[in-house]
Amino acid sequence: MTEPQFEDAEDFQDIKVQIGGDSIAQLPNDLFVPEDALYVSLDTFEGPLDLLLYLIRKHQLNILDFSVAEITTQYMSYLDVMTAMNLRIAGEYLVMAATLMMIKSKALLPQLEVEEEDEDDATHALRQRLLAYQQLKEAAEGLNDLPRMERDTHSAQIPIVEVVTEEQLPDVGLSEIVVAFAELMTRVKLTQQHEVPRPVISVRERMGEMLATLESINDYVPFESLFKIEEGKPSVIASLLALLELLRSNVIKVTQPHSFAPILVKIDSTEKDE
Amino acid sequence: MSEIDERELKHIIEALLYVAEEPLNIAAMMSVFEGEYEDPRVFRSKLVSALEELAEDCQTRGVELVQVASGYRLQVDKEHSDWVRRLSNRNPPRYSRALLETLAMVAYRQPVTRAQIEEVRGVKTSGNILRALRDRGWVRELGRKQVPGLPIQYGTTRSFLDYFNLRSLADLPPFEEYEMVLQEEEEAPPQIVAEDDSSS
Repeated sequence: MTEPQFEDAEDFQDIKVQIGGDSIAQLPNDLFVPEDALYVSLDTFEGPLDLLLYLIRKHQLNILDFSVAEITTQYMSYLDVMTAMNLRIAGEYLVMAATLMMIKSKALLPQLEVEEEDEDDATHALRQRLLAYQQLKEAAEGLNDLPRMERDTHSAQIPIVEVVTEEQLPDVGLSEIVVAFAELMTRVKLTQQHEVPRPVISVRERMGEMLATLESINDYVPFESLFKIEEGKPSVIASLLALLELLRSNVIKVTQPHSFAPILVKIDSTEKDE
Repeated sequence: MSEIDERELKHIIEALLYVAEEPLNIAAMMSVFEGEYEDPRVFRSKLVSALEELAEDCQTRGVELVQVASGYRLQVDKEHSDWVRRLSNRNPPRYSRALLETLAMVAYRQPVTRAQIEEVRGVKTSGNILRALRDRGWVRELGRKQVPGLPIQYGTTRSFLDYFNLRSLADLPPFEEYEMVLQEEEEAPPQIVAEDDSSS
């Protein structure tokens, strides 16, 4: 399996820094390492399992029977380099370090039979995880190798484009504008309208007028005679409102001798006196 | 009633495929020809054979007719895509290994929870990646797993299959061994951390 990223990474112990021809063995302690740097170094390895797989492959070992003790040493020296470079080490790497140390220390201790099973379990679980991760990596590479849009193929399309054309019109000179305006002015004269203002009819005024008429007559007058039909609908409506208003204030009386007879209106003198 | 002849049908389909923004499935094509045929089943098979013929025609062109999850699509074939890229002068998007690994977990093990992904990857950074994959339209939520905490389960979408030129999940590169190991793992104690505790 080829992995270009790992070839770039090389061995971390071999890192040499040169400034102006002088090689620096140790990085200055106050060297500012931006947050991104951590990401960059983590990007080389996708996590502790990835780093372990790299170390196992580098030493041409097999996941199923590599020596945990040997790999632990390698793993720790990688973490040391990370520390030397003042890089923060992600928690997952430390958890893995602890796991490796535990397996290694158990292997070194005189073995009791009961513990032997335990140790096997831990190692077995680690191998299982490595195996599962390796297969996931292969699956991811398989996905990456699939022909995909944008990289390997491009959708062939004829987009339906709505063509919006903008017509270019010639410029207009000032004289043409003046001529056009003059024409406009003559047309304005032709179409000028004479507006007749609508008379404002006040109901209150109408009430006064009606009262005055009734007072001067001081007798029953036909209902219709109080309306000036020739003045139009607004006038008639105003008169009706005035009449109703007067009736409401008990200033006038409205009677009808019998059904269908003309309605008669008279000033209510009795009420008025009060 | 005279049906559209086969040559004409092929040309119409080609035009439709070029103009469609998304892959076209048979049903969408059938709806275009609504009222132009008598027996839908007969016409359907005519459509399919027209598509096959069109695919054959494309072999001598710079485009190919492929069938993906959502339907049929005309696309610039692999050999000629480099030229197309030169025209647009843009590099194709690159996807990080973290993203591809997460996507592979979802694709091969769906429905899968975030915890399951992190367990195999050994890194707890899947949240952002899953969000990115969801925004990209490749991964969707498949409800919640009925275990304590009711974690969200994830699965892949049709547009994921379309993007990777797949017709279905069955077209994914096979990974039999991978499946086996993972099944075993479900039975086994999940984390070494737990054993750490017992030993101390």
